[in-house]
Amino acid sequence: MTVTETRARNLSIPAPSQITRPALEGAKETMVLNMGPHHPSTHGVLRLVVELDGETVVDTAPDIGYLHTGIEKTMESKTYQKAVVLTDRTDYLAPLSNNLSYVLAVEKLLGCEIPERATVARVLLVELQRIASHLVWLGTHALDLAAMSVFLYGFREREQILDIFELVSGARMMTSYFRVGGLAYDLPAEFDAAVEAFLQIMPGRIDEYEALLTDNPLWIERTQGIGAIDSDAAIALGLTGPGLRATGVAWDLRKTMPYCGYETYSFAIPTATHGDIYDRYLVRMAEMRESVSICRQALQRLRDIGPGPYMTPDRKIAPPPKSEITHSMEALIHHFKLWTEGFKPPRGDALAAVESPRGELATYIVSDGSAKPYRVHFRAPSFVNLQSLPHMARGHLVADLVALIASLDPVLGEVDR
Amino acid sequence: MGIEQKAGDMGIVTASLEQVVNWSRSNAMWPLLFGLACCAIEMMGAQSANYDLSRFGMEINRASPRQADLMIVAGRVSRKMAPVVRRLYDQMADPKWVIAMGDCAACGGVFNNYAIVQGVDEIVPVDVYVAGCPPRPEALIDGIIHLHEKVRRMRLDGTLREPVHLS
Repeated sequence: MTVTETRARNLSIPAPSQITRPALEGAKETMVLNMGPHHPSTHGVLRLVVELDGETVVDTAPDIGYLHTGIEKTMESKTYQKAVVLTDRTDYLAPLSNNLSYVLAVEKLLGCEIPERATVARVLLVELQRIASHLVWLGTHALDLAAMSVFLYGFREREQILDIFELVSGARMMTSYFRVGGLAYDLPAEFDAAVEAFLQIMPGRIDEYEALLTDNPLWIERTQGIGAIDSDAAIALGLTGPGLRATGVAWDLRKTMPYCGYETYSFAIPTATHGDIYDRYLVRMAEMRESVSICRQALQRLRDIGPGPYMTPDRKIAPPPKSEITHSMEALIHHFKLWTEGFKPPRGDALAAVESPRGELATYIVSDGSAKPYRVHFRAPSFVNLQSLPHMARGHLVADLVALIASLDPVLGEVDR
Repeated sequence: MGIEQKAGDMGIVTASLEQVVNWSRSNAMWPLLFGLACCAIEMMGAQSANYDLSRFGMEINRASPRQADLMIVAGRVSRKMAPVVRRLYDQMADPKWVIAMGDCAACGGVFNNYAIVQGVDEIVPVDVYVAGCPPRPEALIDGIIHLHEKVRRMRLDGTLREPVHLS
């Protein structure tokens, strides 16, 4: 075949829109397609029942519960200290954010004050967690749209954050580092240098990711104008996090309902206007940069505060140090009471909301005055965000659905709990 | 197999069929692209640049169970998911192997409750258990190497020639 013949043949191949538009005209019959729970792009075990008209999505019904773990119920049989471990495993991409939401709620119940050093360390680690979570989102999102290299680069930096987590808590992912009353252990001596090294390289690395994607025509083609949602619909559907901020609503709990002293840090809330996949991407990229800046401020504060207590001095909540137990009868009794019975918050309920990487994460705890929570409920952002998926997917192609799920960044462990 | 020295330049290789089959099975094992929960993130970590699972020829995940030999059950299996896991296992072509990655897949882990299957060996036969919550990528790689060891000691009918001793 000559070059002219090849070109003529290529020209005669119709564009996708030329095929779909006439095919859709007057089309009434739809097909129901099952997607998941075992599907490489559903980021876990999400099942979607998709109603299709040709390649176009007419309706989507998410079927959840394939990862239902009974975490809320199991927490009712654990004492308040032990239940921290379970919070790690709801949103497994942001265990520290879950820890924070839970311990803030219990601390609210108890009315306990925690040392400044612990609060600053919490902020620093939660922001590192946000970067780590966004890196997994970025890697898998790009992977779903067939860009493998971003995944490899993203996980390189994520490993560095996990090394910091391992340094402070001994675990890479399931840290359980935030405890009621403060932190599990003191920050190690190497912590400062490790975080400093990470903060030095990270802004440059974000530039690298942006160089790969932001102006990439393939990326733009697959993301711009796809899955757009306006701010009214987003608010009506309860969408929070980067999804909401991409529609132009500057709603971030760190600013609007500050906790852990976030009002004293200087940072911006990145927003966008179109509310499509591309804007969600831009918002998350900008958020990573803001998180780096918050980490830097928090690290400086830790240096200014210097070594000091990392747990509340209240012996009814925090276990006494080992050295005290060996020569103080009272400390021994406190230790024994804490680990056999646990502490007993007064009757009542408490709600603590934090801005997790995925949106508003709130923990609601009802106490009946015993050492175990009567009821724990999570307002999980992944779960609520998922209900805007059918709204966003309507009228787009099946291939766009893959990009759309990735852009919502649901964690099924959190959806199903 | 160290046969190059023995064969010289005659262009002939002598080995038992069993050895050749096991060698190819253990060196071209394709895992099913299948993640359930937290452990799947560590599995992704094992495949990424820092741990580089492709050093062991294990980086090609297949999304279809028909093309996979190895199922890595990475995470907790809920009662609702259990029939799906079994079905995926049944759809895989023989010979096939299963790694139970993490405490939840091995024994239920911290979730001793109504929702979680207390060990994936209740529904599929497991070859290698990897402990940890979640296991580090190194632990998963270690489990995979042990599985390779096991496969190399198999008879053609699928039974083990000799027990695998963990070094």
